[in-house]
Amino acid sequence: MEKLLLLGDEAIAQAAIDAGLSGIFGYPGTPSTEIIEYIQASKEAKGKNIRSSWASNEKTAMEAALGMSYTGKRAMFTCKHVGMNVAADPFMNSAITGVNGGLVYISADDPSMHSSQDEQDSRYYALWAKIPILEPSNQQEAYDMIHEAFELSEKFRLPVMLRITTRLAHSRAGVVIRKDKREQNQIAIPENPKQFILLPVNARRQYKELLAKQDGLELESKNSSFNKYIDGENKSLGVIACGLAYNYLMENFTQTKCPYPILKIAQYPIPTEMVNKMYQECDSILVLEEGQPLFEEKLKGFLNNGKKIMGRLDGTLTVDGELNPAKVGKALGLEVSEGFEVPSIVAPRPPKLCEGCPHADTYKALNEVMADFSKGRVFADIGCYTLGALPPYNAINTTVDMGASITMAKGASEAGFQPAVAVIGDSTFTHSGMTGLLDCVVDNTPVTIIILDNSITAMTGSQKSNATGRIESICEGIGVAKEHIRVITPLKKFHQENVNVLKEEIAYQGVSVVIPRRECLVWLNKKRKEEKQKQKQQE
Amino acid sequence: MKIDIILCGVGGMGALSTAAIISQAALDMGLYMKQAETHGMAQRGGDVQSHLRLSDKEIASDLIPDGQCDIILSVEPMEALRYLPYLNKEEGWVITNENPFINIPNYPEKEEVLAEVKKVKNSIVFNADKIALDLGNPKGTNMVVLGAASKYLKIDIEKLEKAINDTFGRKGEEVVMANINALRAGREVADKI
Repeated sequence: MEKLLLLGDEAIAQAAIDAGLSGIFGYPGTPSTEIIEYIQASKEAKGKNIRSSWASNEKTAMEAALGMSYTGKRAMFTCKHVGMNVAADPFMNSAITGVNGGLVYISADDPSMHSSQDEQDSRYYALWAKIPILEPSNQQEAYDMIHEAFELSEKFRLPVMLRITTRLAHSRAGVVIRKDKREQNQIAIPENPKQFILLPVNARRQYKELLAKQDGLELESKNSSFNKYIDGENKSLGVIACGLAYNYLMENFTQTKCPYPILKIAQYPIPTEMVNKMYQECDSILVLEEGQPLFEEKLKGFLNNGKKIMGRLDGTLTVDGELNPAKVGKALGLEVSEGFEVPSIVAPRPPKLCEGCPHADTYKALNEVMADFSKGRVFADIGCYTLGALPPYNAINTTVDMGASITMAKGASEAGFQPAVAVIGDSTFTHSGMTGLLDCVVDNTPVTIIILDNSITAMTGSQKSNATGRIESICEGIGVAKEHIRVITPLKKFHQENVNVLKEEIAYQGVSVVIPRRECLVWLNKKRKEEKQKQKQQE
Repeated sequence: MKIDIILCGVGGMGALSTAAIISQAALDMGLYMKQAETHGMAQRGGDVQSHLRLSDKEIASDLIPDGQCDIILSVEPMEALRYLPYLNKEEGWVITNENPFINIPNYPEKEEVLAEVKKVKNSIVFNADKIALDLGNPKGTNMVVLGAASKYLKIDIEKLEKAINDTFGRKGEEVVMANINALRAGREVADKI
């Protein structure tokens, strides 16, 4: 029996390798990034020729995964929860086409927004698309579920979602690895040549097929070894615990047995029969969900005229934020232990740009230029440079979603609010900025777009950027005039020069692009260390 | 046996590698373990923490429940205070380096910070930076603090040394020994108390 110490993310990756994966597709996003990184670093994966390089965004990634599934091979897609929004188009339609080779979508949600801009719950997406969800409560389950997910996907010919949250993704535990590794599938395209042609006539038939599969999926949930009904003597309350919430429930019963019946849910669609059993037997129900109150809302119903349902909606638990043992203990009416209060002198220590970060030099120059205009003109994006919103920079005014800097600046400029400046990272630009730039070019909107090129996807921990070496040619290809694509070096010694370039381009009444180019220092150090190590090993 | 530890500091100070070493040692001893950590945005000069739970029985929660942490192990004194709500008020230990890492404009007075740490019933506050520096290993502060905490960890120091060897082995013998020496020097501090 081989036991490895793995992050939840890594357990998923290792399981996929063991389950005969042929390719994994995704875009970096905390807390999902380590899944693909693990496969990229795995010698075993390399030996099996599993493809694993980063896609430009979640939509392109998911479509490529679907394409691999079309050929009969097993494929996987990963993203953070907000990445599901980017991939929503192929996601919804892949439920209609169904799959050929097993296809598993991993969405890593971030309740409490440790590294995110919202706490949307990806289970809504899967329920909406009518595909099964697996929601592991621990690393071992995550490992085992990937095998099950591929089987389920091929049995029902549907994509399957595996939904995790931060505390599982970024928590390590010993995981028992299977010895019998599955071979990859051979190429064999779908038997039905119309399966992937979503003309309305085909789509209507396919959708009916999807609807017809629902009873079978629910039966799978009912018989799933991941869903359990654990009886309890005290029927005044029944507890439904989904995914990770089950751990927090059990943490409150390390010394004693939980007196109430428990329904542990880790596979969806929700097995009605199990829920009904609890509803019939118990006087009231407490629903514990790590994320939004999806299940609780369904159970309660619009009129809420049945038995008492407690959870996030009635204030028994907080509506927002992740759960923890104390929150769950209190919801059960237990006395929970407490530590000391945080002394009042403790100051927050927010993240900030690293010492010597190229973005800092760019912001210094930009701030000097923008001081000539009224406030609120810098539309920024998602990445390390978002930290430019904090002191001492206070350099940006918006951060909404990947790529929104360019298009929001465009809208503001078209409202007559000029100059309008967009600030976007290199990787974010190729993720979702290029189409916005095309809109600007087509309308010849006066905007200045600053593409911060540190040659890496930095915020998520130095992943390869698809923009590297291509930014000028992309901009030119889209139609930005060559003389208005300016490259600067964000260093103190070039400050005045950089200020001048920015001033010139901001004054230009059309689309201009300024590219401050200097490597991310974290990445540079990492690269140097690795090179040194390689050298040492060669010696 | 169960032991719950919070390891904390500021991004880049080695709190997470300390966690990895204890985990490795625990796994070697056949213990159950769970270790939750912070990744992503917070690592850019912000506060980082890791919840590390070891037990001879299966562990339910990845997070340590409030008031049940046995040891807060910190490479920075104000960061140790941030996690006091997790500490077991009666039996918990705070073991921390005494030198502030100041990268914010409103860092409180050092004396006030140390006074707050000393209010905790069981604490070891010492100049781990200096010990590491004297050993010629200025980056070894985290190992010195781990050494001091090893007395209360219920893990043999030999196991930790082996874990250091396993973790840093590929970086060469020199790096391994520098870290083991830092660990031993930290342990001496705790043994003298």
